Amino acid sequence: MAYVTHDDAQSVPLAEVGEMELYHAKSWVTKYVFSQDAKVIAIQYSVTAIAIGMLGLVLSWLIRLQLGFPEVFDFITPADYYQFITMHGMIMVIYLLTALFLGGFGNYLIPLMVGARDMVFPYVNMLSYWIYLVAVLVLVASWFVPGGPTGAGWTLYPPQAILSGTPGAEGGILLMLISLALFIIGFTMGGLNYVVTVLQARTRGMTLMRMPLTIWGIFVATCLALLAFPALFVGAVMMTFDSLLGSSFFMPAIVEFGELLDYEGGSPVFFQHMFWFFGHPEVYIVALPAFGMVSDLLSVHARKNIFGYRMMVWAIVVIGGLSFIVWAHHMYVSGMNPYFGFFFATTTLIIAVPTAIKVYNWTLTLWQGNIHLTIPMLFALAFIVTFVNGGITGLFLGNVTADVPLSDTMFVVAHFHMVMGVAPLLVVFGAIYHWYPLMTGRMLDETMGQFHFWVTFLGAYAVFLPIHYLGLLGVPRRYFELTDISFIPDSVQTLSAFVTVVALIVGFAQLVFIYNLIVSRTKGEPAGRNPWRATTLEWQTAEVPPGHGNFGETLPVVYRWAYAFSVPGARDDFIPQNLPPDQVPTDGSVS
Amino acid sequence: MFFFRQIVQKPWVTVEESISDLHGGAEFSLPAAKVGLWVFCAVITSLFLLFIASYSMRMSLADWRPLPEPGLLWLNTAILILSSVALQWARVNARRERIDQVKIGLFWGGGFAIAFLAGQLLVWQQLVALGFFSAANPANAFFYLFTGVHGLHLFGGLVALGRTTAKVRRDGFDMARVRLSVELCTAYWHFLLAVWLVLFGLLLLT
Repeated sequence: MAYVTHDDAQSVPLAEVGEMELYHAKSWVTKYVFSQDAKVIAIQYSVTAIAIGMLGLVLSWLIRLQLGFPEVFDFITPADYYQFITMHGMIMVIYLLTALFLGGFGNYLIPLMVGARDMVFPYVNMLSYWIYLVAVLVLVASWFVPGGPTGAGWTLYPPQAILSGTPGAEGGILLMLISLALFIIGFTMGGLNYVVTVLQARTRGMTLMRMPLTIWGIFVATCLALLAFPALFVGAVMMTFDSLLGSSFFMPAIVEFGELLDYEGGSPVFFQHMFWFFGHPEVYIVALPAFGMVSDLLSVHARKNIFGYRMMVWAIVVIGGLSFIVWAHHMYVSGMNPYFGFFFATTTLIIAVPTAIKVYNWTLTLWQGNIHLTIPMLFALAFIVTFVNGGITGLFLGNVTADVPLSDTMFVVAHFHMVMGVAPLLVVFGAIYHWYPLMTGRMLDETMGQFHFWVTFLGAYAVFLPIHYLGLLGVPRRYFELTDISFIPDSVQTLSAFVTVVALIVGFAQLVFIYNLIVSRTKGEPAGRNPWRATTLEWQTAEVPPGHGNFGETLPVVYRWAYAFSVPGARDDFIPQNLPPDQVPTDGSVS
Repeated sequence: MFFFRQIVQKPWVTVEESISDLHGGAEFSLPAAKVGLWVFCAVITSLFLLFIASYSMRMSLADWRPLPEPGLLWLNTAILILSSVALQWARVNARRERIDQVKIGLFWGGGFAIAFLAGQLLVWQQLVALGFFSAANPANAFFYLFTGVHGLHLFGGLVALGRTTAKVRRDGFDMARVRLSVELCTAYWHFLLAVWLVLFGLLLLT
């Protein structure tokens, strides 16, 4: 290893910190609406994502009402139900979670945490948000076209997605495909910013291995998204061709209502490959930022350095790489060569290794830590438990033999809601409670936070544990209504009704959270600087909330990693990344 | 390898700490815009690789009837090569700060690119006139898809090229900025030429 020795290093003077040209807003509109400041864009992304997420939440209530109390709510027709589940899935996975983690947290935290004044291409970054907004509006517009939104299921499998008989085959499916294509174009613009900012705009002293894990998670997730979203784009464009121009990429010769259509020879399974080549990395596009953020939350609120930092970084990178070679485990029942099934089952199970390393390291970070049970910490702890529970059922489903009988049952629904719905959302909540003081200068209300946490955490288990059981009994997913099926006992309906009631309560708790967000904006307790006593750069800005350009006159210089907590000999239990070594206050015990 | 060397560092070790203090911040000694272009090219590569993968998967099915490649495509390819050559000319002269030659290079680069796009549209027209609709066979649909997506990327490049040209024509421009813009355009042009050659080769071979 060609490391410079200590003495040589000290003799080299600190060079000037490279400055970037900063864009300055000239009017109210360019400051708050068409803003090029990543922090404003982040808030625009977050508000839009949360708004459309609320629609996704309402859709889930409607789905639950139908499942819990079939034949009670006349206004929900089978077509409505399919539209609800399709839009709920698509909104939550793409328009809420992806946009919130990368567009929201990515935009806010990347420049601040790596010590940059802004993203490297602010104009492109602004375009990214506005294209995302158009994508959301196109998606919502599909409610207002004849036939309504598509009801093809969030996987949009052809041939049924574009054949009449599926709700929304008239215009809804086209708007969905267009909206996805727009989302991908907008995301690519943002993604270029995130990747290049992390690579090129870090401040002096911020080596890759001094970056907080939040940045590692967002960085690797963005790389995955940039390479995986094209697959969805290709699939969406080709399906648009099939639907509009009558080509037969995915469409086989098929009879619709007794009439032979013009299609011939296409393969629906090709679409499935395209979709899941995107779809599986998508799981990690959501999970990796969550992994990163939860590492930082645990470390800060346990006042202890993250256990095995290098392993954590490597695990993120390895999980990112592996996520590209597991996609066909979503297709065990689509018909495939058994050797393929063996291959994909093996790679799927291998992913458990780096994932387990992360879980062990989170747990070991807590060991002998000075744990503060703050709201962000509660959510972070809940994440570990939930991710383990959701992940373990993934081991069942990753095995071909166990997956085949469980396919298309409620067990699958419970698994993926636990692992990529509830678990990342717990991190989103924890992260909002953690970084809200930075964004607004005020703390979120603690009592409402406790209520929100306990209802959400316990409620999520009360909802999804029974759904696992329903799946094991053989209750199929996607069914509008269960009628008399011999192998399904009547008690299933009672359990389903219980799940619905709990789901509504959990949904209500989210309204309390939204209320908390709005009220604390003006009425919350002032946070002051660095209320959590964190080490990372975003808390060391000249003003709170950080102003335009993030760091006053000069950019910070980084002297250490992000996890200098409870360092022996130091007076405080944290040392900010940018505090020069000769200015660290000591407790006098170590000379 | 260089990435590997970075991620084996131990940021908590004191000796390595002081070495890391010397790190300048940026990963590559390149302008951010160039790194951005490379990342963007990686995304486009991923896009076209997926198109090509689906092409080869679909090709193996029974109903595949390859379509004839009109002779005009050869001419278009030559025009696109000329476009790249012209921009390379602009790039070389931007380095030597010969602004008149840069203008000539940009003009012909843009002109040939527009001619290429017009030529591709003509090819479409010829094929439609011959009855090769996209609904008739997946091979036709793939042809329109490939040429269309490639053309759209080139069109996007033309917007950037137009902005660069505007920059050069303005009085009192900054030579360093012009050089960067010209270099970015040229690199993108060469990349899209390479993509086109791969696609064209694929169409010819199948």
